[in-house]
Amino acid sequence: MATLEIHDLHVTVEADNATKEILKGVDLTVKQGETHAIMGPNGSGKSTLAYSLAGHPKYTITGGTVTLDGEDVLEMSVDERARAGLFLAMQYPVEIPGVSVSNFLRTSATAIRGEAPKLRTWVKEVKEAMQRLNMDPSFAERNVNEGFSGGEKKRHEILQLELLKPKIAILDETDSGLDVDALRIVSEGVNRVRESGEVGTLLITHYTRILRYIKPDHVHVFSAGRIVESGGPELADKLENEGYEAYTTKGGVSE
Amino acid sequence: MAEAQNSPTLDSARAGGPPSVGSTTAGSIAVAAAAESTVATRMSAPPSFDVADFPVPHGREEEWRFTPLERLRGLHDGTAVATGAGVKVDVQAPEGVTVEAVGRDDARLGRAGIPVDRVAAQAYSSFEAAGVITVPRETVLTEPIRVAVHGEGGVAYGHQIIELGAFAEAVVVIDHTGDAVLAANVEYVLGDGAKLTVVSVQDWDDRAVHVAQHNALIGRDATFKSFVVTFGGDLVRLHPRIAYAGPGGEAELFGLYFTDAGQHQEHRLLVDHNTPHCKSNVAYKGALQGEGAHAVWIGDVLIEAKAEGTDTYELNRNLVLTDGARVDSVPNLEIETGEIVGAGHASATGRFDDEQLFYLMARGIPANEARRLVVRGFFAELVQQIGVDDIEQRLLTKIDEELETVSGSGR
Repeated sequence: MATLEIHDLHVTVEADNATKEILKGVDLTVKQGETHAIMGPNGSGKSTLAYSLAGHPKYTITGGTVTLDGEDVLEMSVDERARAGLFLAMQYPVEIPGVSVSNFLRTSATAIRGEAPKLRTWVKEVKEAMQRLNMDPSFAERNVNEGFSGGEKKRHEILQLELLKPKIAILDETDSGLDVDALRIVSEGVNRVRESGEVGTLLITHYTRILRYIKPDHVHVFSAGRIVESGGPELADKLENEGYEAYTTKGGVSE
Repeated sequence: MAEAQNSPTLDSARAGGPPSVGSTTAGSIAVAAAAESTVATRMSAPPSFDVADFPVPHGREEEWRFTPLERLRGLHDGTAVATGAGVKVDVQAPEGVTVEAVGRDDARLGRAGIPVDRVAAQAYSSFEAAGVITVPRETVLTEPIRVAVHGEGGVAYGHQIIELGAFAEAVVVIDHTGDAVLAANVEYVLGDGAKLTVVSVQDWDDRAVHVAQHNALIGRDATFKSFVVTFGGDLVRLHPRIAYAGPGGEAELFGLYFTDAGQHQEHRLLVDHNTPHCKSNVAYKGALQGEGAHAVWIGDVLIEAKAEGTDTYELNRNLVLTDGARVDSVPNLEIETGEIVGAGHASATGRFDDEQLFYLMARGIPANEARRLVVRGFFAELVQQIGVDDIEQRLLTKIDEELETVSGSGR
């Protein structure tokens, strides 16, 4: 069973000619089949955690360890992490001019699976996955994220999640900017992947709204660069009623 | 009714990264009531076959302001003297095609256009023999004519005419390789209803300098399709110019360039809609990488008062792969009549930046492959239109090779 283990993770970022510590000792273990919600106020470092795990060059790891099934994730390049089974659904996916969605998906699936998917079954697989996410077939011929609405970008991220079948999926504020209908469609996509029982999900969010659709097993409150409280789903209810105030008195850090 | 679209955009702002050092994307549409044309008159001297009619450029002239004159190796100031070992030209033509070498007194010279700047006039004043390739009327070739221009390290001046008689059809591939300092004029003369496709590949060694004016005169109902593909050279400056000899003519002008560190590649186009009911479509795309890579694209389209029923569109797109590269992209559309079908232009320069690389790598795609994916995708629609298999394959291979050099030196 796949396990992501984060131990005492410290991360800094260069901003305004100064080095700033954003993550100050994060401990978290996510196992295949589990869903962990990480909730926290703006600037608490949630997104930094997501991007650090994926290997974004902007962030410097200054301490701690991250392993996936015992393998040192921090030693891996960005693409190696993805091929090892880490997936990051991004909050702000970038446009890639000149690359169609269909070409991108196939290139990515080939890299992740280690061989090119058979064309016939692949076309069917993509088409069906797109239908489930209410995506028009013409979507496949558009350039990656170019001119996509906010909702289309998020659906496209979840489409990749469904096709790439990672061991650990990190969803970075996938709910932000979505209306209720889009949120429901996207959540259903995430749930389909979760139901396979083969993915560990790290759901990063500012709002409790998405947790009505995606039920977490564990809820963690993130503040000032570390997890300050962990509990079951009931913790989310408490946050819904009381907000983050109790956790922000120590002051947040900027992402 | 005139239907002009002016949509110059700087894509890099949307792509998230800062624009590369000082790249510019400018555009203008002028609607002139009078016959006064700025496109035609902003050249610093009137066209002439005689180099003495042009002053030595100092670099501030409109037509020279983007070109590093000091790298022209004397082509612009008379100091570049032709050497015996300049370029070797080899023509392979299918049966039925006439290939000749003629003197400058041959009446067929200069029909498609007159040199418009000092280097073109220097070439006209200095060439020894002009090449003439003629496809007789109603001759339809099934194999391309191949012209190999190989630089042997010296200075050379050239003149080449390619003429298709009425209703003739041909594909011509002109291939430039080796090292040379070359200035030339190329004339394409299309008879009524003729169809000519030209692929001109500039695959020079790193030191080569190549400056050429291309003039096409498109006959009534004739079709001219050109692909200008520039990879090599220290400095390449090409000036394709189109004019129509009768109504119903069509020009499709495609270009593809890959500008590396230190290279200057300049493509200046003029489409002169001097005849009613003609079409033109221009699409040039370039990728740039490395310190000091400089691409210049000038797209001038003039719709003269008499050219009613004109339909024209021009587009330039640039993809900047690394820091330190610069693009100057200037589309100009000048309209003297409102009685046209359509006219428009677009220019955009975008960056392939670290965030795009991160996104693709985060989906398991290795860095080299990510670049290849983006650049191949960017050029694919142009390459696919060439229709000459071995050339298409060669271009794709060449693009991949160019990308290897950047991934080797980069991240």
